[in-house]
Amino acid sequence: MAIETLFIANRGEIAVRIIRAAQSLGIKTVQAYSEADAEMLAVRLADEAVCVGPAPAAKSYLNISAVVAAAKDAGANAVHPGYGFLAENADFARAVEDAGMIFVGPKPETIERMGDKVAARIAAKEAGVPTVPGSDGRISADEALSVADEIGYPVMIKAAAGGGGRGIRIAQDAAELARLAPQARAEAEAAFGDGGLYLEKVIVNPRHIEVQILGDGTGAAVHCYERECSLQRRRQKVWEEAPAFGLPDATREAMCNAAVALAEAVNYRGAGTIEYLYDAAADEFYFIEMNTRIQVEHPVTEMITGLDLVAIMLRIAGGETLPVTQDQITCTGHAIEVRLNAEDPLMQFLPFPGKVASLSIPEGEGLRFDHFLYEGYQIPPFYDSLLGKMIVHAPTREAAIDLMAETLKDLEIGGLKTTTPLHLALAADPGVRAGDFHTQWLEPWLDAGNLTATDAA
Amino acid sequence: MTDIVSPLPGTFYHKPDPNSAPFKSAGDAVAVGDTIGLIEVMKTFIEVKAEAAGTFSDYAAADATPVSAGDVLAKMG
Repeated sequence: MAIETLFIANRGEIAVRIIRAAQSLGIKTVQAYSEADAEMLAVRLADEAVCVGPAPAAKSYLNISAVVAAAKDAGANAVHPGYGFLAENADFARAVEDAGMIFVGPKPETIERMGDKVAARIAAKEAGVPTVPGSDGRISADEALSVADEIGYPVMIKAAAGGGGRGIRIAQDAAELARLAPQARAEAEAAFGDGGLYLEKVIVNPRHIEVQILGDGTGAAVHCYERECSLQRRRQKVWEEAPAFGLPDATREAMCNAAVALAEAVNYRGAGTIEYLYDAAADEFYFIEMNTRIQVEHPVTEMITGLDLVAIMLRIAGGETLPVTQDQITCTGHAIEVRLNAEDPLMQFLPFPGKVASLSIPEGEGLRFDHFLYEGYQIPPFYDSLLGKMIVHAPTREAAIDLMAETLKDLEIGGLKTTTPLHLALAADPGVRAGDFHTQWLEPWLDAGNLTATDAA
Repeated sequence: MTDIVSPLPGTFYHKPDPNSAPFKSAGDAVAVGDTIGLIEVMKTFIEVKAEAAGTFSDYAAADATPVSAGDVLAKMG
């Protein structure tokens, strides 16, 4: 069943991105919005828009019955969840399908399986993907100590049911683990109603490298090369690149092939990402998790491959088989994306939900700005602070960094504080230029005062 | 008599978490720097602190409701 009318169950820049992909395929669009989002750009661009509830996300974008009912009432035959909100919620995917619509993403069972850390790790192991040494299933707080003795410290402990970086604790020795494990169990119980824990060895100062995959649900999958996302603050990515720099060819090939093997093993449908930790010193990589959705940083992959990943998601969801073969997917040049957040980086990243007084966006070869801004737009305070993503593409990494710096200097977003000064300082930093960083690099760099008002001026 | 106003737009909370008691109740003494509530702005929680000492009268904005910058959050006697 081809998609005729698509309901966009998300907001902000990704809603705009999905509308543009749908329009390129001639699909009618219906945009969901909360009472606080009536003026957002996606509402203006879509063919129709429907209010799904009050400002708090729990009452609108996260309200499964309200979103499904709005999509059905609008006559949509498909729902795109974007990222965040309900994108990796199997109950939502199931409710969309039960209402007779297409969920643009994997099957609910796949979301469930890959969303559970332990089940995902088992699936990865079975597909031959390297995993971090750790507990072979969910364990109790007491079992954590014996597992840690076997694999060696430091170890991290987290809720088996949790996603992302939430609730992760690191123990340097047995005494610390004995103290932290009961806390982790209590928090897991409170947050997820499931006190099961998961423990693994800490890879010291790893890089975060992830592989984009596409599958059509028949067991066929391809990769679209990898992304480097090690520059993170509070476990949130701030700067992403494609391809990863300084990666031996054999390692890149192994990472990409392992990702395809896992996607094929779970009959993956749609766009997904296999995330790895990469120990550069040992040249070893380890599976962390699979994200069963389009990611914020997908544009860097689109820049190096020339693919429209969101349009491909819609075509696969509409019943097509994979529209590209592996040998048609090539990697050209180097792309970088930076996340521009409405935060003041010189004031401990204090959120700044102001009004866009003026907007001047540089245009040119190799430039792309995915955003949801227009002059006069009041940024609502109720959602995350991402305003947009500046993306550049150049023949080499050096040239891409230069282009990013030039472009950010020319970008004008009046009336708001943004994280642009952070990215200008990063682009000028010798460590970033040399690719000499890892996931634990950015926060100490900030703490050491590398970002000052003088740099930003 | 000093009102405590919101420094930012966002969602105002009377309690540190849903299962706890409000930060202040009528008649409580308020010292400079005491936290009287939280503002959630763009998924970040910011403590609202008293800038003057006094006695707490009442919250002027309801718990878990949207507020604008400059809105009165609480009244002091």
